[in-house]
Amino acid sequence: MALDKPYKDVPGTTIFDADQARIGYHLNQFCMSLMKHENRERWRADERAYLDEWPMTEEQKQAVLDRDYNRCIALGGNVYFLAKIFSTDGLSFQDAVSTMTGMSKEDYVQMMINGGRSPEGNRYLEDWK
Amino acid sequence: MARITAAVTTSHVPAIGAAMDLGKTEEPYWKPLFDGYQESRQWIKDNPPDVVILTFNDHATAFDLNIIPTFAIGCAETFKPADEGWGPRPVPTVHGHPELASHIAQSVIQQDFDLTIINKMDVDHGLTVPLSLLYGQPEEWPVKVIPLAVNVVHYPVPSGRRCLELGKAIRKAVETFDEDLNVHVWGTGGMSHQLQGPRAGLINKEWDNKFLDSLIDDPEGLAEMPHIDYVREAGSEGIELVMWMVARGALNPQVKLRHRFYHVPASNTAVGHLVLEN
Repeated sequence: MALDKPYKDVPGTTIFDADQARIGYHLNQFCMSLMKHENRERWRADERAYLDEWPMTEEQKQAVLDRDYNRCIALGGNVYFLAKIFSTDGLSFQDAVSTMTGMSKEDYVQMMINGGRSPEGNRYLEDWK
Repeated sequence: MARITAAVTTSHVPAIGAAMDLGKTEEPYWKPLFDGYQESRQWIKDNPPDVVILTFNDHATAFDLNIIPTFAIGCAETFKPADEGWGPRPVPTVHGHPELASHIAQSVIQQDFDLTIINKMDVDHGLTVPLSLLYGQPEEWPVKVIPLAVNVVHYPVPSGRRCLELGKAIRKAVETFDEDLNVHVWGTGGMSHQLQGPRAGLINKEWDNKFLDSLIDDPEGLAEMPHIDYVREAGSEGIELVMWMVARGALNPQVKLRHRFYHVPASNTAVGHLVLEN
């Protein structure tokens, strides 16, 4: 029987649940490896070769190379793990998070200063149709 | 006997720590936020706890996907500030209280909470930013800290009810510890924020303020709120707020509100802060 996942009905949002964590296990563990300085150096020297050391899917590898964070999340990534990639790139959370919204960084920062994204019209999948 | 006298709840946004570490607290973007903690800094000077049980979550720092404890208590002598990818924060090493922590583990597990015992753990911004907000930038933290790590990253996370009941169990444990200690329980994380996907940047001031009202006056009612309400209304990372329930559960049903503060934004996040006394 399918488990109850009411959060599937929230637009623009992927909940990192046990199923997502299973799909993303190697992707997220690759991210964790970037916590070590020597690994960051090897990663910077040749990203593709470094990724090939991990049993990730080709789709996951390409999403990482493209820094397509929405795609990484769809493929089982979690933002706190993906943060190891964007930190290595020298990006803040705000820099990286803005790339997932389709807004420019400047517009995103301004939206936050203006009080953030309103929940109005952003609660249910139906709201975005 | 040890006793719990107060709870502090606060957001633990990493950018707040960075603003302090880089000397930006007087900048127009940050000043209103730090002004909101001045009263609490004075209060904690006037009412210094011996030990803080600090409820926080690890952000893929000490725990990767190999081991994911729902509730973990730090029983070590010391906890080092973690290197989260840009070097450890320049803050003092955190000193624990192994005797009280072990006593709590023993008591709380006997009250049917399956705590994981951690004897070696580096602590990330989730734990150090709240200390910085309340204590500023001392050479040494003037308090012992027992880290209580709650999984709020990997769903399903514990319910608000479970967290409130854990707070009650911790109180029973503390009150059976023989040493005369003034103990605080802190709850950190939140408030509304979402760090992922096209809906990132969600902030819900109205919901956040109702949450603050209910945490103060109706924690039992608030404990019934399902996860989906947190996610839909306060964003996917707003779920961190269940950790505030641990702190609230450790206090009396009726509490005295000493300080309340709310501010938007800090980076991607709404910042909330309460000081409650028994």
